[in-house]
Order: sequence, then C-alpha cells, then structure tokens
Amino acid sequence: MSDPVVEASDVVKFLGQGAARVQALRGVSLSLNGGELVMLMGPSGSGKTTLLSVLGCMLSPSLGSVRVCGRSTAGLEPEQLTALRRDHIGFVFQSYHLFPTLTAMDNVRIALDVRGDYSRRVIERAKEALATVGLSHKRRSYPLELSSGEQQRVAIARAIIGDAAAILADEPTAALDSENGHAIMSILAGIARQGTRGVLVVTHDPRILPFADRIIHIEDGRIVRKNGNGGASAQP
Amino acid sequence: MRRGESSGETSVETSGQSWGEFISLSGRGGLRRVGEFVSRTAINLWSAAKFAVSLLTGRTVPPLFFKLAARNLFHDRLRFAATITGVVFSMVLVTVQMGLFVSFRTMVTTMIDHAGADLWIMPLGTKCFEDPALLDERERFRALSVPGVAEAAPVLVSFAQWHVPSGGTTPVLLIGSDRNELSLQPWNIVAGDPSDLATPDAIAIDRSYFERLGTTGLGDTVEIRDLRAKIRLVTEGIRSFTTTPFVFAPLDRARSYAGIAPNKATYLLVRLQAGADAQTVRTRLNQSLAKAEALTPDAFRNRSRSFWLFGTGAGAALFAGAFLGMIVGVIIVAQTLYASTKEFANEFATLRAIGSSRRYVYTVIVIQALMSAVVGFGIAAAIGMIIVKVTAHSALPVLIPAGLLAGLFFLTVAMCVFSAIAAIVHVMRTDPAMVFTR
Repeated sequence: MSDPVVEASDVVKFLGQGAARVQALRGVSLSLNGGELVMLMGPSGSGKTTLLSVLGCMLSPSLGSVRVCGRSTAGLEPEQLTALRRDHIGFVFQSYHLFPTLTAMDNVRIALDVRGDYSRRVIERAKEALATVGLSHKRRSYPLELSSGEQQRVAIARAIIGDAAAILADEPTAALDSENGHAIMSILAGIARQGTRGVLVVTHDPRILPFADRIIHIEDGRIVRKNGNGGASAQP
Repeated sequence: MRRGESSGETSVETSGQSWGEFISLSGRGGLRRVGEFVSRTAINLWSAAKFAVSLLTGRTVPPLFFKLAARNLFHDRLRFAATITGVVFSMVLVTVQMGLFVSFRTMVTTMIDHAGADLWIMPLGTKCFEDPALLDERERFRALSVPGVAEAAPVLVSFAQWHVPSGGTTPVLLIGSDRNELSLQPWNIVAGDPSDLATPDAIAIDRSYFERLGTTGLGDTVEIRDLRAKIRLVTEGIRSFTTTPFVFAPLDRARSYAGIAPNKATYLLVRLQAGADAQTVRTRLNQSLAKAEALTPDAFRNRSRSFWLFGTGAGAALFAGAFLGMIVGVIIVAQTLYASTKEFANEFATLRAIGSSRRYVYTVIVIQALMSAVVGFGIAAAIGMIIVKVTAHSALPVLIPAGLLAGLFFLTVAMCVFSAIAAIVHVMRTDPAMVFTR
C-alpha cells in the first residue's frame, strides 16, 4: 500500500443559501491510498455524492482541507481544480456518461484529448485501456450498440487511460445485473491491485462488499463506521 | 504522464488569447501587456501552424472536439437545416444589400470615371453628376486664362423629354459633349461607329433601355423635345442607378434637345498642361472662377457618393437592410446553438467532470458555429452568384467583387461566433457535479 492519493481532513460542506442552506458534510476525514479499494456506503442523503464531489475537486470544501497527490486544493481557482482533476482523478459514473456520438475508442481517447494530447500514441493507449477492460473487439462500437456492462467498462477504460492516481466510482454497479456488477468490480479491484492507484467506490450494493479493502459508512454527513475487510488497511 | 512532459506531445490547450482579453488590456492602457499579448498570439499562431503541419503529416491525430462539434451539429438534421436556412437567409439578404451598395457606388460615379478629365469645373454647390445646374461660357474663358489649364471642354448634363412611339414621353438624361480628346463619350459600344456620333442628329443609347424608350435600336429615328434624333450608336452596360436612361448627343444638339441656351454648360472638363500640379491649378481656378468651383475627379466622386448614398438615405437603407439580415442570422444561429448546447448539457458536464478546460468546451461550441457559418456561407455565396448573373443586364445589377465576398465570409463567421455567446454562457453555468445526479 502506498501513500495517500486523496486525503480529506475535517471537511465541512454547506450547500445552498439562506433558508435552504444545509450542512452536507460535518467534519469528514478519510484517506485513499494507492493500491486499495475503499467502499463508501450510506443511505440516500447521507452526503456520499457531496463527499465524492469534494474529493473529486468538483466542489471546494467550506471548511477543512483536501489533498490530491499531496497537493492541497485550498485556494485553487476552478480551472486549477479542473487541471488537478484532469491530471490525477478518473471518474466512473452510475449512468456511464459516455458520449453517444463517439465510438468506444473515442470515448476512451477523450480523456487524453482534453489534456491536449493528440499524438499518435493515444490510439495505442486507448486500445490498451480497452483491452484492460476486455473490450478490444468493441472499439468501433457506439455506446448504444453496447450492453450496460460494456458501457460501464468503456467508462472505466476512460478513467484509467490517463494514469489517474485515484479512481472515484459512483454506484458503478447500480444499473447492472449481478454478473455484470461482479465483472465491473473485478476490473476495479484489479486496477487497485496494480498498486499505484486507489479506487473509491460509492455503493448501496452489498453484493460487492467482498471486493473492498476497507468500508466506510457515512450518515448525516459524518463517518460513523470504518471496517477493514480482508487485507484492508486499518486507517480510513 | 503529465501534460507537456513529452516534447512529442502537441498541445493547443494553452494556446490562444481572447479578443476580450486584448480589449481589456488595451483599456488599461498597458502597452507592455499589449506587447505581451501580441507576442503570445504570435507564438500561439506558430504553435497552431506547427500543429496543423503535424496533423497533415500524420504525426498527430485530429482532436476530438472537431468530431464532437460535427456530431452535435449534425445529430438533429432538422435543427441543422433550420440553422443553415437562417444563415443562408441572413447572408443572402446581406449579400444582396451589399452587392447593391457596391453597384450603386460604382454607378454613381461611372460618368466621372469615364471622362478622363484632370479637373472638373461645375456650378457652385453641385451635389452630384446629375445635378442640372448650369455654368455660363464666361467661366470657360476664365478657366482658360488660369496658368496650368491647357483645355476646358464644356459638357451638358440635362433632363429632356423623349417621345415614346406608343404615345407620351419619358424623361432621359442627356449627356452633350463634342467628340474630341477631352470629352464625355459613350463606351462599351456594341453597334455603330463612334465617329457617327459627330453627325448633328446622332444619339447613343444603351440597349438595356430599348423597351422602355420604345425603340428597336440602331438606325431608329426618334423624337426628343419635338426634335428629330437618330440612334447611331448602341452601348451595353451604361446604366443609371436612377433608372433614367442616359442619351449621348453632340453638345449643340443636346442643348437643343434640352432647350438650353448655346452659351451654357453643366461642366467644364479641364486638361492640365504638362507638368502642372492639379491641386495648385485647382486652387487658382477656385480663386478665379465667379460662380463655379473646380474639383479633382476623386473629390467629385466622393461628393457624388456622399450625396447619393448618405444625403438621400439610399445607402442608409441598404445598410439597414443588411443589418436586419444580420440580426435575423444571429438570432437563428444563437437559438439553435443554445438549444443544441442544452440538449448536450450532460455531455458538456461530463467533459468538465473529466477535466476539460473551459476553453476546450468553448472550442466545441465555436466549431459548431464555424461549421454552420461555412456551410451557410457556401450556399449563400452560390445564391449570390446566381443573383449576380440574373441581374447582370438589369437596371441595377448586383455586384459581388472578390473583396466583398471575402468580407462577407468573415462577417458570416463573426456572426456565427457571436451567436455562440448564449450557448457558452449556458455551459459556463453548468455544474460538472451534475454528472453524479443524472
């Protein structure tokens, strides 16, 4: 297990304004290390998505601090946060969020395209990423021509092609059947096992808990429990 | 790998500075910063050129923002057709208005362009070539006494009544000038011999006016102010923007047709002595002439254009038509781009979530606008060329010179890019975190 790739310390996040203002996170601290797969569980409205947004540099914490690959996000402008996200974080979404007008190959390649990398080697890298998720034969297919499980695998390939240190997955198996869900988690666990990347999975799905090195439970914006699981680290 | 770690990595992400930034810098008056802006822009242009070369030579792959923009644009074909219709409608309107403006501008000065005089002497206060005020012959002798003036040839410009064979009369604009080295003679002759115009009853008319004047052409005998005239020359393309036909005639005969005394003329065409300076002679003439003034051809052109295009409101009307066309285009393109951007809001949010810069997202939208501009302009230009052909022999042909065409292309591009602002503002408000909730 390597150093933390993402760390949150006493993170507080307020959402909304005036009477509609709510405290979504109430002093959350956790770390995601390279080489581990951490699952974040909690009921709806517990703050999971807000926490994922903060860890993924899409939202800035109201209080507390977040560090990505050792760099604090405090005081960074939105475009600097975007750059941090682009360089260090890969996302896997519940609804996949693939580009329907692009092929699987281009959907993967776009993660490098937004970095301004137009060299010919991006083609090879996209092929490798698709091979990692077992979709070499589908690279010319459009999302609508792929099954749900295949679309999620394309999304994983997009997340890993840029060598992101942290993969943040939001309910990656929620829209999948048991078999596909298992396949997706196997891929994510395999990515974590490579040792350099940390994978954080937000989930409600108890079937995938055996894949976790650690499980963090969140309720009402607070971490209420942290479990080790198998070879998991003791510290969140 | 981090951005820019490899020399082989080609990046245009950091390139390009906005005009907004430029204006802002200029507003602060920071010359140094403007200099930096210019140098950065030059570097960025160089980077873009290098990128284009590497793309053409196959060392890089085409950026996906081209593909995203094209697919977003062509995804809804009906909407794309509506966009292109808007651009085409708008640009055809602008093209025709500007083509008429160019044509108008050229026709207003066509007589001045073909006279070949070094200076023009005219009654004080003359506003344009067609202004029918008269000079006394004494002004000619005054002019000839001014050092530097070699010759001063009288020209008559006056309205007269042409008797139409079917009955009634129609006004014509007589151009009376004796045939010599310094005169205003017809050009683009398609029938007859130019020397025939020296005969006393000879006239020349343009063939585009045959039907209006009720004549069959060369050799036809007609009546102007109850005086006989014979069509000895026929021209092509000598048309008046006022639609009043020009009729060329010898000077004395023209005076008779117009009922003007033999010692009167509208203009004196001045030829300078060799080596004489036009401005100097003009100044001397203006000091010497009593109720007349001398203008260089350029000054007379400018005065005529100014009167007809802006003094009468004709130019303003043409510009107003073009401006309205542009507004229509901006609204249609802006509406379509905005709707497209809203439809693809998830995709734009995903782009932001996976780390694309704002500039990358803007590039997608601006490329959509540019594609609309190029396709729309191509069709509008083709329609414009057809209009040029169709109106070539009409009383007011539409002219679209290459310069105007190039200008209209840039106008179309500017219009479409401007139209992208609403879509860009919408994207700026898109929260990338929405990808977690949809």
